[in-house]
Amino acid sequence: MNVTLQNLTKEFPGRGKKQPQPVVAVKDFTFRIPHGKLVGLLGPSGCGKSTTLNLLSGLQKPTSGRIFFGEDDVTDLPPEHRGVGLVFQNYALYPHLTVKQNITFPLENRKGKEKLTKAQMAQMALEAAKLVQIQELMDRRPGELSGGQQQRVAIARALVKMPRILLLDEPLSNLDARLRLQTREEIRRIQRSTGITTVFVTHDQEEAMSISDLIVVMKDGVIQQTGAPQAVYDDPANLFVARFLGNPPINAFAGDIRGGQLYLGGEAVLQTPGLPDQPVTAAVRPEGFLPQADGPLRCAFRGVEVMGRDVTILSAHPDHHAPVIRAIVSAREAAAPAGDNVRFALKPDKVFLFHRDTGERIRF
Amino acid sequence: MEKNQPKGWLYLLPAMAFLGAFLVYPLVDVCVYSLEEGYNFASQTYWGVGLYNYSYVLRDPYFLQAVKNTFLLVIITVPVSTGLSLLISLALSSVRRLRELYQTIYFLPYVTNTLAVGLVFMILFKRTPYTDGLANLVLSWFGVAPIDFIDGPYWAKMLVLCLYTVWIVMPFKILILTSALASVDPTYYNAARIDGTSKLRIFTRITLPMISPTVFYLVITGFIGAFKAYSDAVALFGVDLNAAGMNTIVGYIYDMLYGDAGGYPSYASAAAIILFVIVLTITCINLSVSRKHVHY
Repeated sequence: MNVTLQNLTKEFPGRGKKQPQPVVAVKDFTFRIPHGKLVGLLGPSGCGKSTTLNLLSGLQKPTSGRIFFGEDDVTDLPPEHRGVGLVFQNYALYPHLTVKQNITFPLENRKGKEKLTKAQMAQMALEAAKLVQIQELMDRRPGELSGGQQQRVAIARALVKMPRILLLDEPLSNLDARLRLQTREEIRRIQRSTGITTVFVTHDQEEAMSISDLIVVMKDGVIQQTGAPQAVYDDPANLFVARFLGNPPINAFAGDIRGGQLYLGGEAVLQTPGLPDQPVTAAVRPEGFLPQADGPLRCAFRGVEVMGRDVTILSAHPDHHAPVIRAIVSAREAAAPAGDNVRFALKPDKVFLFHRDTGERIRF
Repeated sequence: MEKNQPKGWLYLLPAMAFLGAFLVYPLVDVCVYSLEEGYNFASQTYWGVGLYNYSYVLRDPYFLQAVKNTFLLVIITVPVSTGLSLLISLALSSVRRLRELYQTIYFLPYVTNTLAVGLVFMILFKRTPYTDGLANLVLSWFGVAPIDFIDGPYWAKMLVLCLYTVWIVMPFKILILTSALASVDPTYYNAARIDGTSKLRIFTRITLPMISPTVFYLVITGFIGAFKAYSDAVALFGVDLNAAGMNTIVGYIYDMLYGDAGGYPSYASAAAIILFVIVLTITCINLSVSRKHVHY
């Protein structure tokens, strides 16, 4: 089932004298989620991604705009009639109920014709539990489970009622680093095997990039860019997206275009034919640096971080926005620099130019 | 650990000394008094040791009346006040506007003097040669003949005493329950809403279990408090509670010690021990019930 968000806007009323203006959490959000895809809503905190999720779930009502599940306009439907499964950031498992009771809880709410027998509920709960591989924990209480297990119970509870879409709010933020890797694979597997259209919210770009079919990058309630993770990474629409995606982050320099060439610190480092002279922000992915003895970009050498498979060269440049430039090069390319400086050539497809003021992309 | 034990006891000594002097010793002393037959307060002498004091107290019609009054008071006021407080707290936590005002109003009785409140209840319920009281005025609109709530039939006096007790204990319960309700994480309610849970089911399956420790705390302390009721009855019916037939166990103990017919510390001690045993038993039952029903 496709999910369509049409010009969705959510404003929160201002609070008294300190903040008389209403706060716009989501602004003119239009996006179509194709059937059966896993979509990551990505952005820094306060960018409106959780609000978007709440609008989808029905816990909050949009100020304007419509939401469609398939052909149905669900904008005015309360959450219980939307058929959504929501996994909360803190899981919100009922602490006084066992895992089994937690999972059957949504089923017990059904009334009239939809009412299920105890045996049916137990069967459905077991199937959901099997899907997330917690069938042996059914009689425990949430307090007796690890964070990862609680997460699975929460997913089972959301899935047991066969929701039309599954929503996950920061699903990995409460897990430790190792579990996070495991669990994100798990979410991917569950989503694939159920084929349920899934939307999840995260501020962690790595998380979003690694498992999403599509990502939506948001800032201040406005969509910055949407697309497949690799496409967005390779072709960011603006400086914000370029900076937000990628770890280590992209290296941004203050540069100038003069005579069809990009100058960084007085040196022409890249051919940019046909571009008018202007000040720009030039951003280079860490993997966009090639150490060369006669490379055009000269940086002060600060050290190396050896990772085994590759090496990160740390250096500094007066026009760089941050104190340290991180350049990831393969272990073979990392020749020891001559003297205090290290010289790089730049890979053109890893360099992005942006307007100095607006941050909009300049293509070349 | 072994080596530190004497030191540990040393640290505990001040607290133990105080508890021993002001809690354990009096308790033991009361026990001893209750077993001394024919104790004379002035000469501090007694004839012998035995259970006569208990058998006297247990046969004393005033004591039996006091026990009956106390049990009625407990059985009626604890469930009613806890239930009403729960309803009011739920209402308070669901209103937004003027919540502070309501909270203040509901808390006012707690900071009001018991005797002052008793006076107000007297004015509401007492019949005098000049007026039937406000309560009777209201009742007369429904065609009910005037009743003397303060000096009239037993059930009427009991009703007023129960009303008064409920009214005086509710503010504290409301305060505690409102904060318990506020501490329930709202995401539980959101989760329940997403799953289409009805309001009633949210209350019985989520809210109530979540605040069950607080509810049981209030029930247990409510039982204990009601068993120790005394000032409430005095505020309404004056100090001669035996004459009014409205004495409580604590009232009986007080009368035995200092009342007009007092001066019998042995009888008072026996009654105090009986009260202690009753409260202990009820509290144990409460705790064992709560183990089964309170979560966490």
